[in-house]
Amino acid sequence: MKPAAFDYIRAESAAHASALLVEDENGRIIAGGQTLVPMLAMRLARPSRLIDIARIPELSYIRDESETISIGATTRQVLVEKSALIAQKLPLLHKAIEWVGHPPTRARGTVGGSLANSDPAAEIALVAATLGATLRYVDETGENSIEVDDYFIGPMITTLPQTACLIGADFPKWGEPHVGTGFEEVNARSSDFAFVSAASQVAFDADGKCTRAVLGIGGLGDFPFRADVDAVKDRIENEAALREAIGLAIEDIEPLSDLHATGEYRRRVAVTLACRSLLNAVREAKGFAHAN
Amino acid sequence: MRTELNVNGQLHVLDVEPRKTLVDCLREDLRLVGAHTGCEHGVCGACTVIVDGTPVRSCLMFAVQAEGSEIITIEGVAPAPGELSILQDAFCETHGMQCGFCTPGMILAAHALLRDNLEPTREDIVEAISGNICRCTGYDQIVEAISLAARRMRGRNMPDGVPA
Repeated sequence: MKPAAFDYIRAESAAHASALLVEDENGRIIAGGQTLVPMLAMRLARPSRLIDIARIPELSYIRDESETISIGATTRQVLVEKSALIAQKLPLLHKAIEWVGHPPTRARGTVGGSLANSDPAAEIALVAATLGATLRYVDETGENSIEVDDYFIGPMITTLPQTACLIGADFPKWGEPHVGTGFEEVNARSSDFAFVSAASQVAFDADGKCTRAVLGIGGLGDFPFRADVDAVKDRIENEAALREAIGLAIEDIEPLSDLHATGEYRRRVAVTLACRSLLNAVREAKGFAHAN
Repeated sequence: MRTELNVNGQLHVLDVEPRKTLVDCLREDLRLVGAHTGCEHGVCGACTVIVDGTPVRSCLMFAVQAEGSEIITIEGVAPAPGELSILQDAFCETHGMQCGFCTPGMILAAHALLRDNLEPTREDIVEAISGNICRCTGYDQIVEAISLAARRMRGRNMPDGVPA
């Protein structure tokens, strides 16, 4: 047995999970376990107790709310992958999800688990950062929420309170008539961790004018972040202008560097992938008459 | 911790430590050694088993988490003792294995694919086994085996070349 010993408790609700965390500060929540179990096997994590929330039925759902698509924390990634609602109303996540792990890890891995662990290369976290999702959680004070901009603060580190149980994430829907998305990634082999990934979503009005453009970059810095491309939305099809704006937006990021990809390589690839994802999003927005 | 596991249609009541992974429990407590322990952190796919109809990594879940789920291991896919499933037959015939270490995982990943899709394209097959590493075959014969099995499952389980 590779992990250090721990107790195992099934929580009956998110509030129960939080109460169990209050009781023991070395406790840790497990849902799908596809990020946590390898960390336990390598003893990078040594919790005293594992609190299993995977069996709480009310935490698994995909709902179409008025302004958002709301996804429950323990919703398995495979359900997102196969969801017609996601494909239609949250196309960026639909595009990104096939890059998350392999089919067998998507069968167990959850949306909330990816957001809670906050791997710098995680695709679901990147989509949340790009679209500006809201994360909902329960702690001893009751139900609360955090905007994604205030949530990711470091590699595998978030501002989620230590005693909180994430319960869901709300991804904003875009109501414009023509919406396009782009997702690009470079990794060592299909479905492996991203060296760099880029996600884009753009909207055009009926006159063919770009009204909104967002870009997110993952794998480059300590956590996925949104790069400001609003200033170039009038020149969204001008590759040189895009490359310049993206280069400026990531100027202050200190890229991660490892055996597989140096920081300089990551920076160069980030500009190319970001530009490509934006141009693909534009093409898609213009190609589909009824994208939304 | 007392845990009930439903493996290949049989119910087992076990006392397992919470930190014991499903693959260790299958191999050590139930003596089902077909699921292999390779990397033990979710990368290689040698430990793949089917849980509630989908292939999962049995090294990335603890046995206690599998309580109440229906688990199928490689030992559970043959129609009877001493016989082979159509997929297993196809792997033998196309030399879809050499050392055999990855084979149970490959077959179970393929098993789940063919349950949903009897006319898989090459891309579908490659995607289905993308999480399973083989260091011998170069994958070509494995893809061939799965494609042969699909063809047979659409019709009859007969040697290649025998008219239907």
